[in-house]
Amino acid sequence: MPDNVRQVVIIGSGPAGLTAAVYTARANLSPLVLEGEPSSTSDQPGGQLMLTTEVENYPGFPEGIMGPDLMTRMREQAARFGAELHQLKVAKVDLSSRPFGVWIGDADASEPTYRAEALIIATGAQSLLLNLPRENQLIGHGVSTCATCDGFFFRDQDIAVVGGGDSAIEEATFLTRFARTVTIIHRRDELRASRIMQDRAFNNDKIRFRWNATVTELIGEASLEGVVVTDTKTAETSRLDVTGLFVAIGHKPSTSLFEGQLPMDAVGYLETVPGTAKTVVEGVFACGDVQDSTYRQAITAAGSGCQAALDAERFLEAAHDRAVTTD
Amino acid sequence: MGANVNHLSDTTFDETVAGSSEPVLVDFWAEWCGPCKMIAPILDEMADEHAGKLAIAKVNVDENPDIARRFQVMSIPTLILFKDGEPAKRLVGARGKGQLVSEIEEFLS
Repeated sequence: MPDNVRQVVIIGSGPAGLTAAVYTARANLSPLVLEGEPSSTSDQPGGQLMLTTEVENYPGFPEGIMGPDLMTRMREQAARFGAELHQLKVAKVDLSSRPFGVWIGDADASEPTYRAEALIIATGAQSLLLNLPRENQLIGHGVSTCATCDGFFFRDQDIAVVGGGDSAIEEATFLTRFARTVTIIHRRDELRASRIMQDRAFNNDKIRFRWNATVTELIGEASLEGVVVTDTKTAETSRLDVTGLFVAIGHKPSTSLFEGQLPMDAVGYLETVPGTAKTVVEGVFACGDVQDSTYRQAITAAGSGCQAALDAERFLEAAHDRAVTTD
Repeated sequence: MGANVNHLSDTTFDETVAGSSEPVLVDFWAEWCGPCKMIAPILDEMADEHAGKLAIAKVNVDENPDIARRFQVMSIPTLILFKDGEPAKRLVGARGKGQLVSEIEEFLS
């Protein structure tokens, strides 16, 4: 086998990718994990948990554990059993024939950087932005996608969080450590977050709510000075003076690499055979948030990473058996 | 590792940055910032690879809030490249090594 042909290549290094790495490494498949590159969004080595603080619902940690610490431990566990991990971002894949091609860096290079007998896709999901004018320009100047990174800079200020799910409420609660007030702007009249998170928010004096509201304009030149909030029922607009805006309106699956090569739903989630991690392409498996629009938890991602590893292992054994009998 | 990276404080910042003959890339960071930890090894590597052409320094924003405030750092990691003591380029957010090097390449001649 040429050097660059690997039995298993795993793209992504969140709970799904790293669990798949632990299992395939223990099955002596010497997995190569392409972890992604550093960034300040969830699209980075370690995935979404790298941007969280306390994780209280991952079994086995009764006192809770910090998200980045949990991911560091998973990475160490995979490395301990021989997984090879690289902080590299995949530029292109070719799933039309096996071994599958995986390109790093130059997507136009004639030869792929690696080839994979089995490919496990665990690219996860990335945070959605509001898509407002000057939003990108104001990131780092009041607009933020990472409360743990930036909350510190908003001591005694009035800030807002957009969103109503678990991550929005967790961020808002975390931000009350620093801010004077935190306004949660949510487009519905009730939260989607779990009950325990909701109770925490409702009982927090620093948190207030703007229901049935969306942010429609960002005010401020060099840095954020306020936002325009539009009522979703009456279309009435009003100004909210905030120096910080934390965006937590959900995620979209990171599947642009696979467009035209793997079936996905309208939003972009990869489709797998129910009850398995198999995609329609034999030898390509998907696990974690990239194929899960329902649960999207660290523990379900880890569980599906295990499924992908076992499915890949069985696939490689069967492929090996076929090769032996035809020889 | 990281032997070429200088840790600056509120008191040593000005003399180090203004007194440097080569451009200084200052990393504003904190212990509690996940993305900051991800780029730390990249900056260590860059400090070694570009020794003599680029100085790399770090400011812990927890311990040195004054400098962070003076340069209006509101998000970390923020990297500010100082040339002749003045801020010449500002990069907000973590990124991979290739992208980071290409964004400051013009200052490396």
